[in-house]
Amino acid sequence: MSKEIKVALAGNPNSGKTTAFNAITGARQHVGNYPGITVDKKEGFTKVGENRIHLIDLPGTYSLTAYTMEEIVARNVVADQRPDVVIDVLNAGALERNLYLAIQLMEMGAPIVLALNMMDEANKQGMKIDIDKLADLLNVPVVETVARTGEGIQELLTETVKCAAKNEGKKWEPLSISYGPDLDPALNKMVDLIEKNNLLTDRYPSRWTALKYLESDDEIMQLGREAHPVSAELEEVVKSVSKHLESTLATYPEAVIADYRYGYITSIIRQGVVTRLDAAADRVALSDKIDTIVTHRFLGPIIMLAVMYLIYQVTFTFSETPVGWFESFFGWLGETAEANMNDGLLKSLVISGVIDGVGGVMGFVPLIMFMFLQIAILEDSGYMARVAYMLDRVFRFFGLHGCSVMPFIVSGGIAGGCAVPGVMAARTLRSPKEKLATLITAPFMACGAKLPVFLLFVGVFFEKNQAMVMFMITMVAWACALIVSKILRNTVIKGEATPFVMELPPYRFPTLRGLFIHTWERTWQYIKKAGTVILAISILIWAAMTFPNLPEDQVAAFDAQKTVVQEQIDAATASGAPVAELEEKLLSVENEEAEATLKNSYAGSIGVALEPIMSPAGFDWRTNIALVGGFAAKEVIVSTLGTAYSLGEVDPEDASPLAERIAQDPNWTPATAIAFLLFVLLYAPCFVTVVAIKQEANSWKWAIFSVVFNTALAYTVAVAVVQIGKLL
Amino acid sequence: MSNAIPMRELKVGEKAKVVAITAIGELGRRIRDMGLVPGAELEVVGRAPLQDPVALRLTGFTLSLRNNEADYIAVERV
Ligand SMILES: Nc1nc2c(ncn2[C@@H]2O[C@H](COP(=O)(O)OP(=O)(O)OP(=O)(O)O)[C@@H](O)[C@H]2O)c(=O)[nH]1
Ligand SMILES: [Mg+2]
Repeated sequence: MSKEIKVALAGNPNSGKTTAFNAITGARQHVGNYPGITVDKKEGFTKVGENRIHLIDLPGTYSLTAYTMEEIVARNVVADQRPDVVIDVLNAGALERNLYLAIQLMEMGAPIVLALNMMDEANKQGMKIDIDKLADLLNVPVVETVARTGEGIQELLTETVKCAAKNEGKKWEPLSISYGPDLDPALNKMVDLIEKNNLLTDRYPSRWTALKYLESDDEIMQLGREAHPVSAELEEVVKSVSKHLESTLATYPEAVIADYRYGYITSIIRQGVVTRLDAAADRVALSDKIDTIVTHRFLGPIIMLAVMYLIYQVTFTFSETPVGWFESFFGWLGETAEANMNDGLLKSLVISGVIDGVGGVMGFVPLIMFMFLQIAILEDSGYMARVAYMLDRVFRFFGLHGCSVMPFIVSGGIAGGCAVPGVMAARTLRSPKEKLATLITAPFMACGAKLPVFLLFVGVFFEKNQAMVMFMITMVAWACALIVSKILRNTVIKGEATPFVMELPPYRFPTLRGLFIHTWERTWQYIKKAGTVILAISILIWAAMTFPNLPEDQVAAFDAQKTVVQEQIDAATASGAPVAELEEKLLSVENEEAEATLKNSYAGSIGVALEPIMSPAGFDWRTNIALVGGFAAKEVIVSTLGTAYSLGEVDPEDASPLAERIAQDPNWTPATAIAFLLFVLLYAPCFVTVVAIKQEANSWKWAIFSVVFNTALAYTVAVAVVQIGKLL
Repeated sequence: MSNAIPMRELKVGEKAKVVAITAIGELGRRIRDMGLVPGAELEVVGRAPLQDPVALRLTGFTLSLRNNEADYIAVERV
């Protein structure tokens, strides 16, 4: 008979849970050598013999307190979903610290299997672990694994199934360790109170709840208060032990608890479980050596800038050719449609709406791919954590946190990111204040969707130094993000800085598989967006730009004008007179008509209606349409401009790319171009990002704030640039 | 106890043993979660370019924290 076994993968950040998850389920979840990659639980399935295993990959946590979202997610899964087995994935090299979580899981009573992961590194460090002894002392199954290569994973699964069978139908048996002469009596008293009143006993073991009260765990205490008035009595007990501890030992219950937990771990390890042979040869030591150069006072920042700049060079050099292929492909597609379709609405829809709209976005796929590949290398090698470490001091000055670096970079701090995963990466930030500031400013970064706009305009106005100008735009984005966050942190989001207690993972060689997954995941997101949201919006915008038709009388008037000129041309041809001037006249009439049509459309009306507001920033109605569309998704800006200009296109034979059309448009001067670029860089995050911000900030208020505030800022900056440009 | 100094005073390359953690609340928890409890041994392996944060080597891993956080950790040179 087959049954489903529910298994949760818990463990410290960066211990290899997701790698193990992928190895077990064959999934392709994102791994990275940076603590806190998995921010939400992921689920997958596999079969072991008869049994179907339902695996839940949890975010990494160091303990099971409740002051980060990850910890709450992790412990709620254990408490509420009651997995049949919890696999605790440990970084064997730092066994002592990793066991701290294991002990807490055991105190919750979950049946656990320990996976001593990264055994390859531990062995290289000259570390020996007597796993039988460890299993014996802790009374749990222990398996050595190397999740990266899949070594030990089969055995881990076998043990998991065994453990599930053994504990099936049994009550959970929480581990109970002594917390010393001061706390134990209090604990016992609290356990009595809890059990008498059934306080939260359906969710948590009573001793565990008592411990959480002693640790003054806000979430549990809140639940307790709601559940039963006995909560007040428990709080009284806590108060009196706290007072006693403070007066006699100058310490706190939390500290005592941690000491005893570590004491328990040490007493186990000391019984000959671990022998460390040659500390000098260890990988962590090697990493520390590399760090003396990579985070060196002078060399560190230089290397960091060089790395960032190199990424631009590599991206632009290597993506040039494939971007060219994509462009010619869509060009060819457009021409084919042009040649084979009958004039009319459908043709206009296919060419202006679909091919120009989606093609403009798809063309940048290779570029996005190269960017993300390199971000993946930085992350997987462990360098990203060093960047956070080096920049923390600077970031703190601006009211942020070293860990804001990751959300910034993923959002496009290295141009080509995406604010949606970026905003989600802000979840590793502990303090709500720094997180809010990060959430609101991270969308300033030059994300992959804004890139097409930048590249287009940089190509037109600053042709020579593309990589350089792009680099500058990125720097401007960083500067704005920092300054704005400093302002925010001194006004609307005032508050203390949070601790920077962060693990610096050892340098590791990225795995090809890891890089591939990471790059593909992000690139595919981009492609999918182009094929769905952006396609839909392009069509919508095309419709808004096409309807309603010009009134009959105006069409007739244009037709009459055209007929007159055409007759003149015919006459001139017949008499052999030059026709060039007349043809130009015809062209300009057609141009006027196309423009009148567009202006008359719904989109045109919106764009025109916005002109009084936007003209100080130098934007005409066409740009306004694009910017409004850009709120749905930034990619739409280029595609809308494409549609706007190609609808205004008179000579259908002239398939010149958008860049040329913009270059020819007298409305665009370098000053308006810069104003436009800055506006695009800074204004409201795209709709999807706004939703993500709402989720992370847990309030619509801040999501709406990001839209209003960022747009106001962008507008002010753009107006300033254009007005200064006029003075010069 | 007599030789206890704030951790900030350690220089790169110096080894020490934790004597006491005086931080409370979240910071205290974060520090203890990482295994910095009385008795733990550590070595200062580096400082960020602006001298802050500091990188500490503990058994099997490297940790970084800020100077003003290190102030809550009293150590004894070994
Ligand atoms: N040498 C070695 N490296 C490993 C092993 N398992 C995982 N890694 C690497 O360790 C890093 C972290 O792996 P992840 O699977 O992302 O870790 P995680 O536990 O999911 O981390 P979070 O989601 O951040 O909590 C990656 O760079 C992996 O390639 C292993 O057995 N040996
Ligand atoms: Mg993970």
